[in-house]
Amino acid sequence: MISIIDYKAGNLTSVERALKKLSIPCRITHDPELVLKSDRVIFPGVGAAGEAMKALRTTGMDEAVKAFFHSGRPLLGICLGTQVILDFSQENQTVCLGILPGEVIRFPDPHLDEQGRILKIPHMGWNQVEWNRDHPLVRAIPPQSTFYFVHAYYPVPREEKHVLGRTHYGFPFPSALACRNLAALQFHPEKSGPPGLALLKAFSQWEGQDAD
Amino acid sequence: MLTKRIIPCLDVRDGKTTKGVRFKNNIDIGDPVEMARFYYEAGADELVFYDITASAEERGIMIEVVRRVAEEIFIPFSVGGGISSLEDMRQVLLAGAEKVSINSAAVKSPALIGEGAQAFGGQCIVLGMDVKKVPAKAPLSSGYEIVIHGGRTFTGIDALWWAREAERLGAGEICLNSIDADGTQKGYEMALTALISDAVSIPVIASGGAGSPEDICQILVQGKADAALIASMTHYGAYTIRQIKDYLKDHGVPVRYIW
Repeated sequence: MISIIDYKAGNLTSVERALKKLSIPCRITHDPELVLKSDRVIFPGVGAAGEAMKALRTTGMDEAVKAFFHSGRPLLGICLGTQVILDFSQENQTVCLGILPGEVIRFPDPHLDEQGRILKIPHMGWNQVEWNRDHPLVRAIPPQSTFYFVHAYYPVPREEKHVLGRTHYGFPFPSALACRNLAALQFHPEKSGPPGLALLKAFSQWEGQDAD
Repeated sequence: MLTKRIIPCLDVRDGKTTKGVRFKNNIDIGDPVEMARFYYEAGADELVFYDITASAEERGIMIEVVRRVAEEIFIPFSVGGGISSLEDMRQVLLAGAEKVSINSAAVKSPALIGEGAQAFGGQCIVLGMDVKKVPAKAPLSSGYEIVIHGGRTFTGIDALWWAREAERLGAGEICLNSIDADGTQKGYEMALTALISDAVSIPVIASGGAGSPEDICQILVQGKADAALIASMTHYGAYTIRQIKDYLKDHGVPVRYIW
């Protein structure tokens, strides 16, 4: 059973609907004990880091997510769920879970491309990921696939080995992270059409081993 | 590289899709859930549903359409038409829409933009602007006026001012519809789109007038739009999404292919 963590941060139902379409059993829960009993956990989220961390601490879900990660079972972060896995977010100056060393920073304002044209914030729409290395989830999709993004902040892991892929928006930023049994995506696989669904399906079959 | 989005717009009345020309003479052209799935599989990047009746009693029908669409397609879609309160927004988002589009209600009560952004995140609040060209004189100094009620009521509000104000209030995106061009298939309102796109730092979706892939290419390049809304040109089978994207790609515009 896959648990989708409910911490009042949007887009839970779209993840659930995508899994349902794929006939993958799942439940939405705000109960830390149920999370710890799951085979796999998806940590989604849309919203602001400050509110999200407050909700996670209030419910005890912060400790549950950390404990689940350390149990070695597969954990998938999506969007805000990916960002709060790091140590700290510039958004609301928020201390986060610290599962992976690193920070979440905002795109510069103004954000310019190589020709000096202004890039709009949030980074909203479809973009590609340049995969850094092999990973069981990456094998499920063609390398040139595009995914749906909507975000103004992006994750920067301290260690390069945790960057699974980068996306170009003015400059290349880390858009997919991986560390042992954790995979974390800045984009929304549940809103990314066939390649997004393929990633979710691959996660539902992943045993939590990284490629190396 | 961020791709330019092609967004089919489905007008819905009594649970059926229609497409009018200049908002009049609407005809039924199908089931919105079927059309949504068709466009999803054809490679549309996003969809817009516009509830053109939007009376209180028909609200339930639309919510049901949204719920069924959300079970079938896995790309973002927005819903507009008659949304006038936080509760309306909540219902549509809970039913599975990624974004809500507010138009007349935001003109009457601009605070609704900020309240929606606060409650659900700015990324899901789209300001729909219906615009008509008028003689440029103060206070309508841009020469474009905001109209509401499907183009029937002039508001005296300058379109350029309103776009900036909506961004300040927290809107995440602007869907810019030219009433003059809508349904004509003679091309988008280029000057208006470039004017607004340059003036705000949130994405702008150009709407009204698409008749050919060339029109779309121009509005995305010279018009500086981030996305193009289409309806008639694909609803009746004159073009496919694939043909449009192939044309754009051949002309150097980054587009998304499904796989």
